[in-house]
This record gives sequence, C-alpha cells and structure tokens, in this order.
Amino acid sequence: MIRFLLKGLLRDRSRSLFPALVVTMGVALTVLLQSWMGGVMGDMIRSNAAFATGHVKVTTWAFAENEAQNPTDLALLGVGDLLSTLHERYPEVEFVPRIRFGGLLDIPDEQGETREQAPVAGQGIDLLSPGTTEIARLNIGNSIVRGRLPQKPGEALISDDLAHKLDIALGSPATLLSSTMHGGMTMHNFTIVGTVRFGIAAMDRGAMLADIADIRQALDMDDAAGELLGYFRDGQYHDAEAVRIAREFNANVDDPDDEFVPLARALRDQNDLAEYLAVARHMAAILSTVFVLVMSAVLWNLALIGGLRRYGEVGVRLAMGEEKGHVYRSLLIESVAIGLVGSTIGTGIGLGLAWYLQVHGLDIGAMMENSSMMLPSVMRARITPQSFYIGFIPGVLSTALGTALSGIGIYRRQTAQLFKELET
Amino acid sequence: MKAQLVLALATFASVGWAQVPAGESGSKPQGAPTARLLLEQVDANMAAESRITTAQMIIHGRRGARTVESKSWSRGADTGFTEYLAPAREKGTKMLKLGDRLWVYSPATDRTIQLSGHMLRQSVMGSDLSYEDMMDDPRLAQIYTAQVTGTETVGDRPCWVLQLTAKEEDVAYQSRKLWVDKERVVPVREELFAKRGKLLKRIELRDFRKTGERWYPMRMTFKDVLKRGKGTELVLKEIEFDAKVPRHIFSKAALRR
Repeated sequence: MIRFLLKGLLRDRSRSLFPALVVTMGVALTVLLQSWMGGVMGDMIRSNAAFATGHVKVTTWAFAENEAQNPTDLALLGVGDLLSTLHERYPEVEFVPRIRFGGLLDIPDEQGETREQAPVAGQGIDLLSPGTTEIARLNIGNSIVRGRLPQKPGEALISDDLAHKLDIALGSPATLLSSTMHGGMTMHNFTIVGTVRFGIAAMDRGAMLADIADIRQALDMDDAAGELLGYFRDGQYHDAEAVRIAREFNANVDDPDDEFVPLARALRDQNDLAEYLAVARHMAAILSTVFVLVMSAVLWNLALIGGLRRYGEVGVRLAMGEEKGHVYRSLLIESVAIGLVGSTIGTGIGLGLAWYLQVHGLDIGAMMENSSMMLPSVMRARITPQSFYIGFIPGVLSTALGTALSGIGIYRRQTAQLFKELET
Repeated sequence: MKAQLVLALATFASVGWAQVPAGESGSKPQGAPTARLLLEQVDANMAAESRITTAQMIIHGRRGARTVESKSWSRGADTGFTEYLAPAREKGTKMLKLGDRLWVYSPATDRTIQLSGHMLRQSVMGSDLSYEDMMDDPRLAQIYTAQVTGTETVGDRPCWVLQLTAKEEDVAYQSRKLWVDKERVVPVREELFAKRGKLLKRIELRDFRKTGERWYPMRMTFKDVLKRGKGTELVLKEIEFDAKVPRHIFSKAALRR
C-alpha cells in the first residue's frame, strides 16, 4: 500500500513536488529564524549580564533611579560588609563589585601638555586579585587586540578604536579626568598597557578598563562601589531564582525610605530585558504555532486544489468500492510522506544557513555606531538541539492537518451520483 | 555755577531716563529706566577690570554638604586664575581660563589638562556652577539685549524685572531674567535659560555690601534645576575690586608654581 502511494507521489510530481517545496521552505525559514533569534537574544542577554546587569544586581535606590548617568555620587558604601552578607545569604551567587564612571582621558605630549583627549566610559573591575573571575567573565583575555592585561596598579586597558583615535602607543601615560564620588574634580595617571575589542559597539567606542582598586583611589571611593553584580556560579541565568533572591533581599532592607539603602534587581528587571526574556522563552511555542497555522492554511489550500484535480481519481476509487475512510487515510499517508521529506530537507537547509550565520555572523556595526545598547556588533545565529525539531514536527503536522481538512470533502461525495459525475 | 551745571545735568538725565523711547525696552512699565541703561549700571556694579576674591563654596549634595575654598584672580570678562585651598584632596588644584580655553592643574598627577568647548559647561567640583559660571565675569550689556518687563518685590526690595536675550548664539545662556534692585541697581535674583527657553539655573544674590561706589552680593545661591540637591552657596570671604593683579599669574607657568 505505502509502496503504491510512494510510486504515485514520485510519478505525479504535481501531487508531491509543490507541497514538498512549500514545506521545505517553511521548515527552513523556521529553523533559521529560531536559530537567529535565539543567537541574537542569547548574545544580548549574555552581554548585558556580563557588562551591565549581572544575573542579580545590587545598587542603592538612588543609583538605580539615575543609572544611565553612572552616578558615582550615589554609590554603595560599606561594600565589604555588604559583600560578606550577600555571600553568606546566597552562596550560589558570586557577587563582584564594579564601578562604572565617565570622564575625559587626556594624553600628554612630551612637555606634559594635552596632546589628545577623548571622553571615556570606564569600568573599574577586579583585575588584579588572585583568582579573580572577572577576566574570564568579561572575556577580556580573548578581547585583547594589542598589548597585555594589567599586571600591577596604575595600568589600564582602553578600546582599540579609542587607542587609534588618540594615536596612543602601548606603555604611554594617560590621565583620567573625572569626578570623585563626593563631586570633587579628580585627575589620575594610568599607563595604557593594552587595547581591547569586545564586539559590542557601546563598549568599543570609548571603553576604559582598570583595576577597581585604582578606580576607588581615583574617585575617592574607599570601600564603595557603584554596583555589586551577582552571577550564578554555574554561569547560567536562572530567572525564577534571581527574582526570588532580589525579592527576598529587598524585603529585608532596614529602612525602605532611605534612598541609599541597597536595592537588588534581577536581570529581567533591568535594561527592559524582561520582554526579551519572555520572547526568548516562548519563542519556540510562538514560532511553532505561527508555522503550523500559516502552513496548514497554505497546505489546506494546496490540498483543496489537489483534491479538485484528483476529483475524478477519488470518484473512480470510490466507485470501484474503495471505502471513503481508506481513501482519506491514503491521502493522509501521502501527506505525511510529503511532510517528512519536506521537513527533512527544510531542516537541513535551515541548519545549513543557521550554521553559516553562526560562524560568519552579520556585521551591523555601522548601524550601531551611536548605540548605547549592550548588543554585539556582529550578530550570530546559534544552533541548539531545539533547532533540529523546531521546524520538523510542525512541518509534518501542518501537511497532515492541511490534507485532513481538505480531505473531509471525500465524505461528502454521494456514491449514487458518482457514475453520473464520471459520465460528464 | 558748577553746582548749577550738575543740577542741570541731573535734571536732564532724569527727564531723559523717564522719557526715552521704548527701543530695546519695548513696552516698559511707566517710569522705568531704559533697559540698556539699567544693564550698564548692573555691569558697573557687578563687573570689574580686575578682581581678587577668596570664596567658600558650600555644595549641598544628596549625601550631605561639603565645602571647597578657593582664591581667584580675574581680569576683564574672560581671564581668570583660581587656586583651591581646601579640602585637602583638592588643595593645590589650579585653573587658568584664557578666553574660551581652560587649563586645570592637579598636583597629585603633576599634569595640566586643557578643557574647552562643552567641557566648560560641566560642573565645577560637583557644584551647581559650571566652569564658565565660576570663571567668567560677563558684561551683560555687551552680550544681551534687554527689555524691562515689570516690577516685583523680592524680599523687601522693589525690583525691575529685566528680560535679556543674547545678541549671538554662542553664549552659555541664551536668555536671562533678572530682578534688579531699583535702588542699588544690582540683581537680587537671576534665572538662566537655554536656547529653547528651558530654565537651567536659578541664582539668588544676598548680603549686599557697599564696596567703594558699588553694591556687591557677598553670598549667592546657585541652583542647577536639572540636578537634584539643594544647590550651591558661594560665600565671598574677601573681595578686592580693580586690584593690581600681576600679569604672570594668567599664564600656564603659574599653574605649576
């Protein structure tokens, strides 16, 4: 029976080729879209977590309100004690202090006068403590374009683009002009020992990275930090757990009316990431539903047209005594076969395209020049186990569903009128 | 004869004062002097050829107040030199302003850094004053056209209200509103606006003292309305007008001394 049906499919291309092509295209697009969106959103969430939000972030309430301005004057104080409390209460999370600051980086000439200067968006990070996890977390080692990591106090990294703009050689002195956390003006000398490129436009434009101890000294922030970023020790973001930690921590705050008490926020509650997380989480369901609905409608339509074309054939089969249910089932088997072939080829093509975009990516750097979003300037797809079935199952289902809907007409045929119909 | 001449001149001046056509002053209130004349008198009180001041700046931030002390020397509208005396972290920091350029020297780094352009509009030491506010001594009559728009009483002082509009676009504040004490002809309140009419700063001037022929405020409160906080008080401890200021002080070499 199946062999008979397959022969029919192969010999009558109008019955198989076009539906299979439609399924192939639909499945390929679904796989590509899922891999692309998954890759882009995953990268965005990872970049945000690493550079800006952590999995959980603790700042003062006042700092959280004005976060975009990097208000060092609203920083957390007594950070040593706060870190101990956090690690004691939430051992599954590693909290690290960071200071984000703005300023002017001034490059002197031989006489010590200003030769070049440019605004910088800096981060004070734990770069020098033995066993620091920050270098790996921010992938700084692999992001170095020239030079090396800071190895002693007073050394700093700047973005490679900024280094070219300032025409600065490695080992050159540079002075950071900024504000202390008390509002005073501060100048601090650094030696630039390396340049970095993270592939994130917002960072690569004018980033400066220095050890947090140096930044504390420069900005007069003894035992203070702009923010404490918490990362789950397994490196993965656990949304429900992060939200629970933030709620529990905030519930234990001493004086909620004091704008300088610490406030914990999960990643989802920062940088409008909740929507992205929701889309990322429900993406498979959304894609599958849309795919099945749209493809079913298309294939239903195709099957109806096919049904009209095969009106005579079905009539003859019924007239010869074949049961309606048998005819209906045979059409379903045909469609499942078409769905399987189309879905297999479509998944293969989709994975191939996704792999290309995973390896080579799409450079949107030119569009991101003035962006402050933590978005990679090269966007990449990411193939996950889900990519292998996200299009395949809906591909087969929609073909079968389309045929099932159009095939209902078989049951409306009146046996008594078959010969009359066939005579015409 | 001399007394008669003075009296005649005074009479002519007062008639002229009351009867000048609206001109710049537009529809000025009855009896109001011309806005230009008022502005020139304000300048005569507030501006000086040279000045040496010792001041205390009390900056009321969100976490508390802190005090910065400085000594400044200025000459003309846009030449100035300031040395910070306290607190310890800021002590020895010096600033030199020549025209639209400003150099800052920090003893901790032994570096002199030049600031220009928009950087001059940044806050000085976290205060509500910008570098331009701090170091410029503008001649308002040269920069703005004025209009007397009404009269108001500020505190117990009857004032003219002046609306100033910049003659050119390249100024820190495109327009200003001044409340000028009718008797002393000094501003007691100022509002500074951006190009599109947005209020940027509010200044209250108090504790007027007569120094020679001029009245001068010894205490000013600056409030940057775009910043939270209670503003910055500038208290003048000492002030000397038209003092002899050595030329060499307005040089980059003086920063390192």
